Amino acid sequence: MDVIKVGMADLAVCKAPQKLITTGLGSCVGICLYDTGSKVGGLAHIMLPDSAQARNNQNKAKYADTALVEIINKMLVLGAEKSRIFAKIAGGAQMFNFAGTSSIMRIGDRNTEAVKKHLELLRIRIVAEDTGGNFGRTITFDPENGKLHIKTINQGEKIV
Amino acid sequence: MDFEQLNCLQKDALKEIGNIGAGNAATALSTLLNKKINMSVPNIFILPFSQVVELMGGDDTPVAGGYLQVEAKAPMSILFVIPEESLKLFLKILVGKQETATITLDELDISALKEVTNILAGSYLTALSGFTNMEFNPSVPALAFDMVGAILGNVLQLYGEVSDYALVIESVFEEEEKEVKGHFFLLPEPGSLEIMFRELGVVF
Repeated sequence: MDVIKVGMADLAVCKAPQKLITTGLGSCVGICLYDTGSKVGGLAHIMLPDSAQARNNQNKAKYADTALVEIINKMLVLGAEKSRIFAKIAGGAQMFNFAGTSSIMRIGDRNTEAVKKHLELLRIRIVAEDTGGNFGRTITFDPENGKLHIKTINQGEKIV
Repeated sequence: MDFEQLNCLQKDALKEIGNIGAGNAATALSTLLNKKINMSVPNIFILPFSQVVELMGGDDTPVAGGYLQVEAKAPMSILFVIPEESLKLFLKILVGKQETATITLDELDISALKEVTNILAGSYLTALSGFTNMEFNPSVPALAFDMVGAILGNVLQLYGEVSDYALVIESVFEEEEKEVKGHFFLLPEPGSLEIMFRELGVVF
């Protein structure tokens, strides 16, 4: 079975029967996009909400806004059609519980919010979501049927 | 200053920082566990984020991570990572926890591990402070037991806005029978290096 690994601040696209995996999502968000017609899928492991605020934004896969545009463009090249693309997202947890609020502690929520905002701007519907909490996730995405398999250490496994 | 552009002299200075800090922390850990602790020569890594995670055995390896932020003229983060197999022994020694196949941490375990992080960071920073003549104020520690990628990812986000690379000063503590092992990471924020080098009189 052919599974493409996507690292932190990285993205990849593929066509079924290939699958995509990203491991150890904490406050990062895994964005899975797929087109049921062409069975083309994409996965981005984003770290930060917005490239506009960053001093260093060459790596498009690092930010929610630029990663989405990049991944869609790559999917179109593989034969996907924009109107048929749906999204599933996972991650955006808060790994550490600090007394008091520091901005890095809310980064998971900020990432999730940014991903949702930019998906809406691009008119892509979110059909499943597993975000928040205080635990890490490893996700495997199958563009064949859009199934997203989510594995955790203490919270079990599920498919959305 | 870009981490990728550090020269040998600068890396040596960072190694020395690691040595002095970790020496003090190893002594503290040894007292705490009542065991002889050996420490490694510190490793200085300048790595893309994804490879930092590989250092710890791949992103979904379960570990305990104690984390604190250090307020200073040269701000930094400290992360103390205990691999799963060592964690059982840590908890057995610290709080008398019975070993089980899978680990679930209760309140007592969490507070003990936070205290370990606190003590190690405190002794590390005391040494660093004497060496650099600077003041360091560590925050209260936070603790997570989860995938190492998820834990490190959360910490590395701090650096994400300015760099794709992280500077990691790593010291490995190992008990004589090699049963208890912990990785201590000092992660200076990007602007902190210039400030520390200036205090140390290292040309940059």
